[in-house]
Amino acid sequence: MKKDEVPQDNSRTYGGHKKLLYATNEDGGLEGVQSSGWEVETYATVSAVEALEAQRDAALARGRAGITSPLEYHMFAKRMDMATLTSATGYGAWRVKRHLKPHIFNKLTDAKLKPYCEAMDILPEELRRLPVQEPGESPEVPAESKA
Amino acid sequence: MSAFPHRQSAHCESGVVANMLTASGLPMSEPMVFGLSSSLIFAYLPMVKMAGLPLIAYRMVPGSIMRGVTRAIGVKWNAQTFKSAEAGMQAMDAALEAGQPVGIQTGIYWLPYVPEDMRFHFNAHNLVVSHKQGDDYVVSDPLFEETNLCDAASMKKARFVKGVMAPKGRMYHVETLPEDIDYARAIPEAIRRNAKLMKAPFVPMVGMSGIRFMGGVIRKTERNKPDQLKPLLGHIVRMQEEIGTGGAGFRFIYAAFLKEAAQKLSDERLAVASKELVDAGDEWRRFALSATKMCRGRKAMDVAELDRLLNVVADRETAVWAKLRRI
Repeated sequence: MKKDEVPQDNSRTYGGHKKLLYATNEDGGLEGVQSSGWEVETYATVSAVEALEAQRDAALARGRAGITSPLEYHMFAKRMDMATLTSATGYGAWRVKRHLKPHIFNKLTDAKLKPYCEAMDILPEELRRLPVQEPGESPEVPAESKA
Repeated sequence: MSAFPHRQSAHCESGVVANMLTASGLPMSEPMVFGLSSSLIFAYLPMVKMAGLPLIAYRMVPGSIMRGVTRAIGVKWNAQTFKSAEAGMQAMDAALEAGQPVGIQTGIYWLPYVPEDMRFHFNAHNLVVSHKQGDDYVVSDPLFEETNLCDAASMKKARFVKGVMAPKGRMYHVETLPEDIDYARAIPEAIRRNAKLMKAPFVPMVGMSGIRFMGGVIRKTERNKPDQLKPLLGHIVRMQEEIGTGGAGFRFIYAAFLKEAAQKLSDERLAVASKELVDAGDEWRRFALSATKMCRGRKAMDVAELDRLLNVVADRETAVWAKLRRI
Protein backbone atom coordinates (compact mmCIF):
# COMPACT_ATOMS: atom_id res chain seq x y z
CA MET A 1 0.00 0.00 0.00
CA LYS A 2 1.34 3.40 -0.94
CA LYS A 3 1.31 6.31 1.47
CA ASP A 4 -1.40 8.16 -0.45
CA GLU A 5 -3.54 5.00 -0.62
CA VAL A 6 -3.82 4.73 3.17
CA PRO A 7 -7.57 4.84 3.79
CA GLN A 8 -8.95 7.95 5.50
CA ASP A 9 -12.61 7.02 5.90
CA ASN A 10 -13.18 8.80 9.25
CA SER A 11 -14.53 5.68 10.92
CA ARG A 12 -16.90 6.39 13.76
CA THR A 13 -15.60 3.28 15.55
CA TYR A 14 -12.26 5.07 16.05
CA GLY A 15 -14.00 7.70 18.19
CA GLY A 16 -12.07 10.51 16.50
CA HIS A 17 -8.70 8.80 16.91
CA LYS A 18 -6.25 7.71 14.26
CA LYS A 19 -4.37 4.44 14.02
CA LEU A 20 -0.90 4.00 12.67
CA LEU A 21 0.02 1.67 9.83
CA TYR A 22 3.06 1.27 7.66
CA ALA A 23 2.94 2.25 4.00
CA THR A 24 5.38 2.69 1.13
CA ASN A 25 6.73 6.21 0.62
CA GLU A 26 8.16 7.96 -2.44
CA ASP A 27 11.68 6.56 -1.88
CA GLY A 28 10.43 2.97 -1.76
CA GLY A 29 10.88 2.78 2.01
CA LEU A 30 8.13 2.19 4.54
CA GLU A 31 6.99 4.68 7.13
CA GLY A 32 4.26 5.01 9.74
CA VAL A 33 1.18 6.79 8.40
CA GLN A 34 -1.92 7.70 10.40
CA SER A 35 -5.26 6.42 9.18
CA SER A 36 -8.65 7.68 10.30
CA GLY A 37 -10.22 4.34 9.44
CA TRP A 38 -11.11 2.00 6.60
CA GLU A 39 -14.71 1.39 5.59
CA VAL A 40 -14.08 -2.35 5.36
CA GLU A 41 -12.85 -2.52 8.94
CA THR A 42 -15.65 -0.28 10.17
CA TYR A 43 -18.24 -2.58 8.62
CA ALA A 44 -16.73 -5.62 10.36
CA THR A 45 -16.54 -3.83 13.71
CA VAL A 46 -20.02 -2.40 13.50
CA SER A 47 -21.48 -5.80 12.53
CA ALA A 48 -19.79 -7.43 15.51
CA VAL A 49 -20.98 -4.71 17.89
CA GLU A 50 -24.51 -4.92 16.47
CA ALA A 51 -24.57 -8.67 16.94
CA LEU A 52 -23.64 -8.18 20.60
CA GLU A 53 -26.28 -5.49 21.02
CA ALA A 54 -28.91 -7.75 19.48
CA GLN A 55 -28.00 -10.45 22.01
CA ARG A 56 -28.20 -7.88 24.78
CA ASP A 57 -31.61 -6.62 23.68
CA ALA A 58 -32.94 -10.15 23.33
CA ALA A 59 -31.70 -10.92 26.86
CA LEU A 60 -33.40 -7.75 28.11
CA ALA A 61 -36.71 -8.74 26.52
CA ARG A 62 -36.47 -12.25 27.95
CA GLY A 63 -35.49 -10.80 31.32
CA ARG A 64 -38.53 -8.52 31.33
CA ALA A 65 -40.71 -11.51 30.47
CA GLY A 66 -39.20 -13.38 33.42
CA ILE A 67 -37.75 -16.15 31.29
CA THR A 68 -34.14 -15.37 32.16
CA SER A 69 -32.37 -13.66 35.05
CA PRO A 70 -30.92 -10.12 34.81
CA LEU A 71 -27.48 -11.74 34.81
CA GLU A 72 -27.82 -12.59 31.12
CA TYR A 73 -28.60 -9.01 30.18
CA HIS A 74 -25.67 -7.64 32.21
CA MET A 75 -23.32 -10.22 30.72
CA PHE A 76 -24.05 -9.05 27.16
CA ALA A 77 -24.20 -5.39 28.19
CA LYS A 78 -20.59 -5.75 29.36
CA ARG A 79 -19.68 -7.36 26.02
CA MET A 80 -19.06 -10.69 27.68
CA ASP A 81 -20.12 -14.15 26.69
CA MET A 82 -20.32 -17.43 28.60
CA ALA A 83 -16.59 -18.16 28.15
CA THR A 84 -15.49 -14.70 29.30
CA LEU A 85 -17.80 -14.77 32.27
CA THR A 86 -16.83 -18.23 33.48
CA SER A 87 -13.11 -17.49 33.22
CA ALA A 88 -13.50 -14.10 34.91
CA THR A 89 -15.61 -15.39 37.81
CA GLY A 90 -14.18 -18.85 38.33
CA TYR A 91 -17.74 -20.25 38.25
CA GLY A 92 -18.26 -23.28 36.02
CA ALA A 93 -20.46 -23.00 32.94
CA TRP A 94 -23.11 -25.24 34.51
CA ARG A 95 -23.27 -22.93 37.49
CA VAL A 96 -23.55 -19.77 35.44
CA LYS A 97 -26.30 -21.42 33.39
CA ARG A 98 -28.08 -22.26 36.65
CA HIS A 99 -27.80 -18.62 37.68
CA LEU A 100 -29.52 -17.61 34.46
CA LYS A 101 -32.74 -19.13 35.84
CA PRO A 102 -34.71 -16.33 37.56
CA HIS A 103 -35.98 -18.38 40.52
CA ILE A 104 -32.45 -19.48 41.38
CA PHE A 105 -30.79 -16.13 40.67
CA ASN A 106 -33.29 -14.25 42.84
CA LYS A 107 -32.27 -16.27 45.88
CA LEU A 108 -28.52 -15.67 45.50
CA THR A 109 -26.82 -13.82 48.34
CA ASP A 110 -24.50 -10.85 47.85
CA ALA A 111 -21.60 -13.16 48.60
CA LYS A 112 -22.55 -15.46 45.74
CA LEU A 113 -22.98 -12.49 43.42
CA LYS A 114 -19.62 -11.02 44.37
CA PRO A 115 -17.57 -12.72 41.62
CA TYR A 116 -20.03 -11.39 39.02
CA CYS A 117 -19.93 -7.93 40.53
CA GLU A 118 -16.14 -7.92 40.48
CA ALA A 119 -15.94 -9.21 36.92
CA MET A 120 -18.45 -6.65 35.64
CA ASP A 121 -17.54 -3.85 38.07
CA ILE A 122 -21.13 -3.23 39.20
CA LEU A 123 -22.99 -3.30 42.52
CA PRO A 124 -25.17 -6.25 43.60
CA GLU A 125 -28.32 -4.15 43.47
CA GLU A 126 -27.50 -3.09 39.91
CA LEU A 127 -26.91 -6.70 38.94
CA ARG A 128 -30.26 -7.75 40.38
CA ARG A 129 -32.34 -5.36 38.32
CA LEU A 130 -32.83 -4.61 34.67
CA PRO A 131 -32.59 -1.08 33.28
CA VAL A 132 -35.79 0.86 33.94
CA GLN A 133 -36.05 2.54 30.57
CA GLU A 134 -38.31 0.91 28.00
CA PRO A 135 -36.42 -0.40 24.96
CA GLY A 136 -37.87 1.96 22.42
CA GLU A 137 -36.38 3.83 19.48
CA SER A 138 -33.41 5.04 21.49
CA PRO A 139 -31.14 2.12 22.36
CA GLU A 140 -29.73 4.01 25.34
CA VAL A 141 -28.20 1.63 27.81
CA PRO A 142 -28.21 2.90 31.37
CA ALA A 143 -26.46 -0.21 32.66
CA GLU A 144 -23.05 1.09 31.66
CA SER A 145 -22.26 2.30 35.16
CA LYS A 146 -18.73 3.20 34.18
CA ALA A 147 -18.16 5.11 30.99
CA MET B 1 9.63 14.79 36.31
CA SER B 2 10.56 13.89 32.75
CA ALA B 3 7.72 12.40 30.74
CA PHE B 4 8.17 9.12 28.90
CA PRO B 5 8.82 9.79 25.19
CA HIS B 6 5.55 8.71 23.59
CA ARG B 7 5.55 7.36 20.04
CA GLN B 8 2.49 5.99 18.26
CA SER B 9 2.78 2.44 16.93
CA ALA B 10 0.77 0.03 14.84
CA HIS B 11 0.71 -2.62 17.55
CA CYS B 12 0.76 -2.39 21.33
CA GLU B 13 3.39 -4.93 22.35
CA SER B 14 5.99 -4.11 19.69
CA GLY B 15 5.34 -0.42 20.32
CA VAL B 16 5.83 -0.67 24.07
CA VAL B 17 9.02 -2.72 23.73
CA ALA B 18 10.46 -0.36 21.08
CA ASN B 19 9.55 2.75 23.07
CA MET B 20 10.96 1.38 26.33
CA LEU B 21 14.22 0.31 24.71
CA THR B 22 14.53 3.70 23.05
CA ALA B 23 13.81 5.51 26.32
CA SER B 24 16.50 3.52 28.11
CA GLY B 25 19.13 4.41 25.55
CA LEU B 26 18.85 1.83 22.78
CA PRO B 27 17.09 3.52 19.85
CA MET B 28 14.87 0.94 18.22
CA SER B 29 12.00 1.19 15.74
CA GLU B 30 8.77 -0.74 16.13
CA PRO B 31 9.36 -2.79 12.94
CA MET B 32 12.89 -3.70 14.09
CA VAL B 33 11.49 -5.00 17.40
CA PHE B 34 8.77 -6.96 15.62
CA GLY B 35 11.20 -8.46 13.12
CA LEU B 36 13.85 -9.41 15.67
CA SER B 37 11.21 -11.22 17.73
CA SER B 38 10.21 -13.47 14.78
CA SER B 39 6.56 -12.97 15.60
CA LEU B 40 4.84 -12.98 12.22
CA ILE B 41 2.55 -15.95 11.70
CA PHE B 42 -0.74 -17.10 10.31
CA ALA B 43 -2.85 -19.58 12.25
CA TYR B 44 -6.47 -20.61 11.82
CA LEU B 45 -7.44 -22.37 15.04
CA PRO B 46 -10.98 -23.79 15.01
CA MET B 47 -10.49 -25.42 18.40
CA VAL B 48 -9.89 -22.09 20.13
CA LYS B 49 -13.11 -20.09 20.10
CA MET B 50 -13.60 -16.36 20.35
CA ALA B 51 -17.29 -15.58 20.89
CA GLY B 52 -18.09 -18.91 19.24
CA LEU B 53 -15.89 -18.27 16.21
CA PRO B 54 -12.41 -19.64 15.52
CA LEU B 55 -9.29 -17.79 16.60
CA ILE B 56 -7.36 -16.44 13.63
CA ALA B 57 -3.91 -15.23 14.56
CA TYR B 58 -1.57 -13.17 12.40
CA ARG B 59 1.24 -12.98 14.91
CA MET B 60 2.55 -15.16 17.71
CA VAL B 61 0.90 -15.30 21.14
CA PRO B 62 1.03 -12.21 23.37
CA GLY B 63 4.35 -12.04 25.19
CA SER B 64 6.32 -13.51 22.31
CA ILE B 65 7.51 -10.12 21.05
CA MET B 66 9.15 -9.29 24.37
CA ARG B 67 10.58 -12.80 24.69
CA GLY B 68 11.72 -12.83 21.06
CA VAL B 69 13.60 -9.54 21.31
CA THR B 70 15.20 -10.70 24.53
CA ARG B 71 16.39 -13.85 22.77
CA ALA B 72 17.68 -11.93 19.75
CA ILE B 73 19.66 -9.14 21.40
CA GLY B 74 19.99 -10.14 25.05
CA VAL B 75 18.28 -7.25 26.82
CA LYS B 76 17.36 -8.00 30.45
CA TRP B 77 13.94 -7.05 31.84
CA ASN B 78 12.83 -6.66 35.39
CA ALA B 79 9.31 -8.10 35.35
CA GLN B 80 6.99 -8.93 38.23
CA THR B 81 3.42 -9.94 38.89
CA PHE B 82 1.42 -9.48 42.08
CA LYS B 83 -0.95 -11.55 44.18
CA SER B 84 -2.69 -8.55 45.67
CA ALA B 85 -3.95 -5.55 43.73
CA GLU B 86 -2.98 -3.21 46.56
CA ALA B 87 0.63 -4.39 46.51
CA GLY B 88 0.69 -4.07 42.72
CA MET B 89 -0.59 -0.53 42.77
CA GLN B 90 1.84 0.44 45.56
CA ALA B 91 4.79 -1.05 43.67
CA MET B 92 3.84 0.89 40.56
CA ASP B 93 3.44 4.13 42.51
CA ALA B 94 6.84 3.57 44.12
CA ALA B 95 8.49 3.01 40.74
CA LEU B 96 6.87 6.11 39.25
CA GLU B 97 7.83 8.10 42.35
CA ALA B 98 11.44 7.10 41.72
CA GLY B 99 11.15 8.36 38.16
CA GLN B 100 10.96 4.92 36.58
CA PRO B 101 8.25 4.60 33.89
CA VAL B 102 6.89 1.05 33.75
CA GLY B 103 5.35 -1.15 31.10
CA ILE B 104 2.20 -2.94 32.22
CA GLN B 105 -0.22 -5.55 30.93
CA THR B 106 -3.90 -4.59 31.07
CA GLY B 107 -7.41 -5.60 30.08
CA ILE B 108 -8.25 -3.17 27.28
CA TYR B 109 -11.99 -3.22 28.09
CA TRP B 110 -11.43 -1.33 31.34
CA LEU B 111 -9.30 1.52 30.03
CA PRO B 112 -11.47 4.64 30.15
CA TYR B 113 -9.81 6.47 27.24
CA VAL B 114 -10.37 3.67 24.72
CA PRO B 115 -13.31 4.43 22.37
CA GLU B 116 -16.43 2.36 23.05
CA ASP B 117 -16.26 0.33 19.83
CA MET B 118 -12.62 -0.65 20.35
CA ARG B 119 -13.29 -2.07 23.80
CA PHE B 120 -13.48 -5.82 24.12
CA HIS B 121 -12.29 -8.38 26.63
CA PHE B 122 -8.66 -8.78 25.70
CA ASN B 123 -6.35 -9.01 28.70
CA ALA B 124 -2.92 -8.74 27.12
CA HIS B 125 -2.92 -5.11 26.07
CA ASN B 126 0.43 -3.49 26.83
CA LEU B 127 1.12 0.14 27.59
CA VAL B 128 3.60 2.32 29.48
CA VAL B 129 2.71 4.34 32.56
CA SER B 130 4.84 7.47 32.43
CA HIS B 131 4.12 9.30 35.67
CA LYS B 132 1.36 10.50 37.96
CA GLN B 133 -0.55 13.72 37.53
CA GLY B 134 -2.53 14.35 40.69
CA ASP B 135 -4.48 11.14 41.28
CA ASP B 136 -4.43 10.15 37.62
CA TYR B 137 -1.85 8.19 35.68
CA VAL B 138 -0.32 9.56 32.50
CA VAL B 139 -0.35 6.64 30.11
CA SER B 140 1.68 6.17 26.93
CA ASP B 141 -0.55 3.73 25.06
CA PRO B 142 1.19 3.19 21.72
CA LEU B 143 -2.09 2.70 19.85
CA PHE B 144 -2.96 6.35 20.39
CA GLU B 145 -1.56 9.54 18.90
CA GLU B 146 -0.99 11.20 22.27
CA THR B 147 -0.65 10.20 25.91
CA ASN B 148 -3.86 9.62 27.84
CA LEU B 149 -5.03 9.94 31.43
CA CYS B 150 -6.31 6.99 33.43
CA ASP B 151 -7.88 7.24 36.89
CA ALA B 152 -6.61 5.01 39.69
CA ALA B 153 -9.77 2.89 40.00
CA SER B 154 -9.82 2.01 36.28
CA MET B 155 -6.09 1.37 36.34
CA LYS B 156 -6.49 -1.11 39.18
CA LYS B 157 -9.38 -2.85 37.43
CA ALA B 158 -7.48 -3.07 34.12
CA ARG B 159 -4.32 -4.45 35.76
CA PHE B 160 -6.06 -6.99 37.93
CA VAL B 161 -8.86 -8.19 35.69
CA LYS B 162 -9.47 -11.91 36.04
CA GLY B 163 -9.95 -14.48 33.31
CA VAL B 164 -8.06 -15.69 30.23
CA MET B 165 -4.52 -14.22 30.09
CA ALA B 166 -5.15 -12.39 33.38
CA PRO B 167 -2.36 -9.80 33.71
CA LYS B 168 -1.99 -10.22 37.50
CA GLY B 169 -0.64 -6.68 37.60
CA ARG B 170 2.32 -7.60 35.40
CA MET B 171 4.78 -4.72 35.39
CA TYR B 172 8.21 -4.44 33.77
CA HIS B 173 11.08 -2.19 32.85
CA VAL B 174 14.47 -2.57 31.19
CA GLU B 175 17.12 -3.71 33.65
CA THR B 176 20.25 -3.96 31.53
CA LEU B 177 20.85 -3.27 27.87
CA PRO B 178 23.17 -5.50 25.84
CA GLU B 179 26.77 -4.25 25.52
CA ASP B 180 26.74 -4.31 21.75
CA ILE B 181 24.43 -5.90 19.25
CA ASP B 182 25.64 -7.93 16.31
CA TYR B 183 22.86 -7.13 13.86
CA ALA B 184 24.66 -9.00 11.06
CA ARG B 185 24.01 -12.17 13.06
CA ALA B 186 20.78 -11.36 14.93
CA ILE B 187 18.74 -10.18 11.93
CA PRO B 188 19.33 -13.16 9.59
CA GLU B 189 18.79 -15.54 12.51
CA ALA B 190 15.46 -13.93 13.37
CA ILE B 191 14.36 -14.00 9.73
CA ARG B 192 15.25 -17.69 9.27
CA ARG B 193 13.43 -18.51 12.47
CA ASN B 194 10.31 -16.75 11.22
CA ALA B 195 10.58 -18.45 7.82
CA LYS B 196 10.53 -21.80 9.58
CA LEU B 197 7.43 -20.81 11.57
CA MET B 198 5.58 -19.72 8.45
CA LYS B 199 6.44 -22.91 6.61
CA ALA B 200 5.13 -25.10 9.47
CA PRO B 201 5.26 -28.21 7.28
CA PHE B 202 3.37 -30.57 9.57
CA VAL B 203 0.60 -28.29 10.78
CA PRO B 204 -2.12 -27.70 8.16
CA MET B 205 -3.69 -24.78 10.02
CA VAL B 206 -0.53 -22.74 10.47
CA GLY B 207 1.56 -20.68 8.08
CA MET B 208 1.02 -20.68 4.32
CA SER B 209 -0.99 -23.90 4.39
CA GLY B 210 -3.17 -22.32 7.07
CA ILE B 211 -4.10 -19.53 4.66
CA ARG B 212 -5.19 -22.11 2.06
CA PHE B 213 -6.96 -24.08 4.79
CA MET B 214 -9.05 -21.01 5.64
CA GLY B 215 -10.09 -20.75 1.97
CA GLY B 216 -11.29 -24.35 2.18
CA VAL B 217 -13.24 -23.59 5.35
CA ILE B 218 -15.05 -20.74 3.58
CA ARG B 219 -16.07 -23.08 0.74
CA LYS B 220 -17.20 -25.77 3.16
CA THR B 221 -19.20 -23.32 5.24
CA GLU B 222 -21.17 -22.20 2.18
CA ARG B 223 -21.94 -25.83 1.33
CA ASN B 224 -22.78 -27.10 4.82
CA LYS B 225 -23.85 -24.11 6.94
CA PRO B 226 -24.82 -21.31 4.51
CA ASP B 227 -26.39 -19.18 7.26
CA GLN B 228 -23.04 -19.01 9.04
CA LEU B 229 -21.10 -17.81 6.02
CA LYS B 230 -21.57 -14.07 6.53
CA PRO B 231 -20.75 -14.12 10.26
CA LEU B 232 -17.63 -16.15 9.46
CA LEU B 233 -16.47 -13.74 6.75
CA GLY B 234 -17.19 -10.75 8.98
CA HIS B 235 -15.18 -12.41 11.73
CA ILE B 236 -12.23 -13.13 9.42
CA VAL B 237 -12.14 -9.52 8.25
CA ARG B 238 -12.44 -8.26 11.81
CA MET B 239 -9.58 -10.45 13.01
CA GLN B 240 -7.55 -9.38 10.00
CA GLU B 241 -8.10 -5.65 10.13
CA GLU B 242 -9.08 -4.62 13.59
CA ILE B 243 -7.85 -6.81 16.39
CA GLY B 244 -4.36 -5.64 17.29
CA THR B 245 -3.62 -4.07 13.89
CA GLY B 246 -4.74 -7.16 12.03
CA GLY B 247 -3.15 -9.44 9.47
CA ALA B 248 -2.36 -7.02 6.72
CA GLY B 249 -1.04 -4.55 9.30
CA PHE B 250 1.45 -7.10 10.59
CA ARG B 251 2.59 -7.87 7.03
CA PHE B 252 3.36 -4.18 6.55
CA ILE B 253 5.23 -3.97 9.88
CA TYR B 254 7.37 -6.94 8.88
CA ALA B 255 7.96 -5.43 5.43
CA ALA B 256 9.15 -2.24 7.14
CA PHE B 257 11.51 -4.38 9.22
CA LEU B 258 12.92 -6.09 6.09
CA LYS B 259 13.51 -2.69 4.50
CA GLU B 260 15.30 -1.37 7.58
CA ALA B 261 17.34 -4.57 7.75
CA ALA B 262 18.27 -4.24 4.07
CA GLN B 263 19.73 -0.82 4.76
CA LYS B 264 21.49 -1.88 7.95
CA LEU B 265 23.13 -4.92 6.37
CA SER B 266 23.35 -3.50 2.81
CA ASP B 267 21.55 -6.57 1.52
CA GLU B 268 19.47 -5.95 -1.61
CA ARG B 269 17.71 -9.32 -1.23
CA LEU B 270 15.94 -8.05 1.89
CA ALA B 271 14.74 -4.93 0.09
CA VAL B 272 13.23 -7.10 -2.65
CA ALA B 273 11.57 -9.34 -0.07
CA SER B 274 10.19 -6.25 1.65
CA LYS B 275 8.48 -5.13 -1.58
CA GLU B 276 7.04 -8.59 -2.14
CA LEU B 277 5.65 -8.75 1.37
CA VAL B 278 3.98 -5.37 0.85
CA ASP B 279 2.33 -6.93 -2.21
CA ALA B 280 1.17 -9.87 -0.08
CA GLY B 281 -0.26 -7.40 2.47
CA ASP B 282 -2.12 -5.64 -0.36
CA GLU B 283 -3.57 -8.99 -1.44
CA TRP B 284 -4.81 -9.52 2.12
CA ARG B 285 -6.56 -6.18 1.92
CA ARG B 286 -8.02 -7.04 -1.48
CA PHE B 287 -9.44 -10.21 0.05
CA ALA B 288 -10.97 -8.24 2.94
CA LEU B 289 -12.50 -5.73 0.52
CA SER B 290 -14.08 -8.46 -1.65
CA ALA B 291 -15.38 -10.42 1.35
CA THR B 292 -16.97 -7.27 2.78
CA LYS B 293 -18.57 -6.30 -0.54
CA MET B 294 -20.04 -9.78 -0.79
CA CYS B 295 -21.38 -9.62 2.76
CA ARG B 296 -23.01 -6.27 2.08
CA GLY B 297 -24.56 -7.50 -1.16
CA ARG B 298 -22.58 -5.09 -3.33
CA LYS B 299 -21.05 -8.00 -5.14
CA ALA B 300 -22.48 -11.49 -5.75
CA MET B 301 -21.37 -13.98 -3.09
CA ASP B 302 -18.66 -16.08 -4.68
CA VAL B 303 -16.76 -18.34 -2.29
CA ALA B 304 -14.62 -19.76 -5.10
CA GLU B 305 -13.34 -16.23 -5.75
CA LEU B 306 -12.54 -15.69 -2.06
CA ASP B 307 -10.75 -19.03 -1.94
CA ARG B 308 -8.79 -18.01 -5.03
CA LEU B 309 -7.82 -14.67 -3.45
CA LEU B 310 -6.55 -16.45 -0.33
CA ASN B 311 -4.52 -18.80 -2.48
CA VAL B 312 -2.97 -15.78 -4.20
CA VAL B 313 -2.01 -14.48 -0.74
CA ALA B 314 -0.53 -17.87 0.16
CA ASP B 315 1.41 -18.03 -3.13
CA ARG B 316 2.90 -14.59 -2.56
CA GLU B 317 3.89 -15.33 1.02
CA THR B 318 5.34 -18.69 -0.03
CA ALA B 319 7.57 -16.95 -2.56
CA VAL B 320 8.77 -14.39 0.00
CA TRP B 321 9.55 -16.91 2.71
CA ALA B 322 11.27 -19.34 0.36
CA LYS B 323 13.79 -16.56 -0.33
CA LEU B 324 14.08 -15.50 3.28
CA ARG B 325 14.82 -19.03 4.44
CA ARG B 326 18.22 -18.81 2.79
CA ILE B 327 19.24 -15.36 4.08
